[in-house]
Order: sequence, then C-alpha cells, then structure tokens
Amino acid sequence: MTQSISITLTVNEQEYTRNVEPRLLLSDFLRHELGLTGTHVGCEHGVCGACTILFDGESARSCLIFAVQANGHNIATVEGLAKDKDNLHPLQQSFWEAHGLQCGYCTPGILMSMIPFLKQNPNPTEDEIRHALSGNLCRCTGYQHIVDAVKLAAEKMK
Amino acid sequence: MKPAPFEYYAPDSIEQAVDLFSQYNRDAKILAGGQSLVPAMNFRVVQPSVLIDLNRVGELSYIREEGDVIRVGAMARERHLEFDASIEKRTPLLHEAVPFIAHPQIRNRGTIGGSIVHSDPAAELPVLMTALNARLKARNTSGERWIDAQDFFVGMFTTALEADEILVEIELPFMPARTGWSFMEVAPRAGDYAMMGVAALVTLDESGKCIGAKLVYLNAGEGPIHAEKATKLLEGENLNEKAIEEAAVLASEKEINPFGNMHASADFQRHLAKVLTQKTLRLATQRAGEVQ
Repeated sequence: MTQSISITLTVNEQEYTRNVEPRLLLSDFLRHELGLTGTHVGCEHGVCGACTILFDGESARSCLIFAVQANGHNIATVEGLAKDKDNLHPLQQSFWEAHGLQCGYCTPGILMSMIPFLKQNPNPTEDEIRHALSGNLCRCTGYQHIVDAVKLAAEKMK
Repeated sequence: MKPAPFEYYAPDSIEQAVDLFSQYNRDAKILAGGQSLVPAMNFRVVQPSVLIDLNRVGELSYIREEGDVIRVGAMARERHLEFDASIEKRTPLLHEAVPFIAHPQIRNRGTIGGSIVHSDPAAELPVLMTALNARLKARNTSGERWIDAQDFFVGMFTTALEADEILVEIELPFMPARTGWSFMEVAPRAGDYAMMGVAALVTLDESGKCIGAKLVYLNAGEGPIHAEKATKLLEGENLNEKAIEEAAVLASEKEINPFGNMHASADFQRHLAKVLTQKTLRLATQRAGEVQ
C-alpha cells in the first residue's frame, strides 16, 4: 500500500498541512499541491537551477528534496518576494530595469539563488556574481544582462 | 512522479538508523544530502524500496576539535565545512577545496558523509580524505570500527563499508607543521565535474628539504589515485623546478589511469594532470616555507 505521510511546513510565511507520498519531490509539491507554479522545473536532476528555493533561508534545489523532508521547515519561493504586483522586490525590479530575462524560465531560480548571495556579499564584484550564477542555466540571455541586473540590485539593496 | 515508490523512514537517532538499516538492509538506501542519490532516483537508475533519511539525526551534524584532530559528523553539510574556522586553520587544504564542490545550492544540502560513501572518482571529498589521512568511523548494530581513508575507497562507487554499516564520523588529523597545500582542478564550467584535479601536500624540514608529500588525483582512475612513486621522488629533495617536473611526469604518465570522457580524452587528462601537479607543487612548496 502506498505510504501517505502528513507534513506541516511554512511556505512564504504561510503554514500548510498536507498528506504526501514519500516520493513526491518538493518542486512538484509546491507546484501541484500548493499551486505555487513560480518555482520552475527544468532538468529535474539538480543541474539547471530553475527549481531553486530557500530551505530555512539557504538556497537549494527543490527537485533534489522530497516534500516529506520539508516537514517542519521554512520554505521561501519566488512568490514570496514581491508584496504585490506593483511593489516588486528590489532584485525583481532590477531584473525588469536591466532586462535580466528573455523567456523568463530560469528567472525564479536565479532570483532565489541571488537573495542569499546578496545578503552574504552586499558588494559583489562581477567575478563573484558570475561565479554565484554558475549554478543556474540561462539559454537566452548570454548572462550579460543578468549580471547587470544583479549589480543593479546590489546598488538598490544597499 | 519521477522516482519509483519507496517506504520512508526518518529516524532521529543513530541507534534507530542503524537498527532500521540492519532490518531492511539490501532493499534500503541511506539518504544523506541527496545531491547524488535523488538525481539517480529521479532517473530511476536507483530504485530503493526503503529510504532511511538521516536528516533528522541531529547528533550526526557537528564539526569540533578534539586534541590534535577535527571530528566531523557524517551529516555536516559541505557549506558548513566551507565556513568552519577550525577547518580553515587546521586543514587548510580542505578549506581551499570545498568551494570547488558543485555550487552553493548543492553544498547547502550535500554532506561530507554522503559524498564519501557515494565514492564518485570525480568527486573532491574522497580525494581530500585520502590526502589528509582521514579516518572514517562506521557503525552497525554490533558496534563501530575505524577505517583509514586509504583503505576505504576500494573502487568506482564502491567502499569498504559492509552492507549494514553507516558512516557516522570523519576524523581529520591537523595538518603537520611546515606543511604547504594546494588544490586545483580544471572543469568545463565552474561547479561542473572536473576533467582532472589534484590535491598536493608538501612538508619541509627546517633546512627547506621535502620530508613528506602527497599527490592525490580525482577523475584519474577508479577512485582517488595517490601517486606514491612521484611523492617518494620528492622526499629528501629541494623542490626546485627540475624535481617538480620529474614528479609531475612520473605521476601523470605512470601512476594515474584516466579513462577519458565526453569533455576530455585520456591523453588530455594526463596533460592536465602534469600541469596541475607542477602548479600545485610549486604553490604547496611556497606555502610550506611560509607557515610554521
């Protein structure tokens, strides 16, 4: 018989309780169970970075964590960044202004990787930014405008 | 859903984990950071019927000094190794190398024990454990035992652990006095698996002669490859360019056994090994002269 486990977790400061099958990935849980489709799913084996979320404040691949493992933990997804559609997070605003995206598929993962990065490195060099972006694949932009957007965000968030 | 179905257990003590593993054994896999196991499960290359998750075993997550060693719990995250002050001071080779492991998002979850037990020949931690003479503590229901890193990595994705043993602790001796270090690797992109990498340690006596060295390679054979003949060549020598080149040639041509892959032919891997050996030995020798 399929095991079903009750989990309670916090996502973007809201508490949820659900029953899950152990093999359900956190990425699929967020998208299919909670309807938070901002977390994108690309490679589903930890390479592309599109599904990056914050797990207790630290960036992590949600496709490499089972939803049951998030029981009792604090998750943040891209949906939690902006207060509303007119008040983007400074990081999102910077991506808008610097044209840091084209198709946008990789963007939520990049934003969720850059949030802790900019917290730890408020004045990053271009090299540091490029290194920090190395775990997120973008197939459109060639990265130049993404780097510009992160630089702009660092300025805005000072 | 990507992975095949499995039964899930999340014990909160080592004792419980060991009991569960002994009970389900051949059908069970231990889940540590999941950064290698979960991709394999998503591809259904690995389909354990039972998964024993160690992430709730708090007593496996620590880094502390004790006498002249650092003790690291098997569930310590790679990200914690990266920023630990003891590791930076006592085993600077490890401190230098950890940022080469994948990306921050992976290191936030990936654990020292998970990477060691996975025993991927292209991974950094098995190489570092070998270079640093780490000892690894394994536990099952009948007790615990220590295994030297040199004896632990027996082949590709294969370790000396018995089927019911769990790796619980890593003991890292402080690096000896007047020891210099260097870790370098070449990867197609930052964070990718490296085409070649080497950890070098050089210990000098007070006159500046080499009295001990280590050269351990990743992606150069079935596991961490220790170039013992090349390091013997260095002992008793002043490490000038000629001595360094001789060791690099011997190690890269005779001692490693790279297979080649889609990014690099075996010949190119040997070339990288030679260049990296020279670079790391130069830097390690210079640092050995600077540290006390």
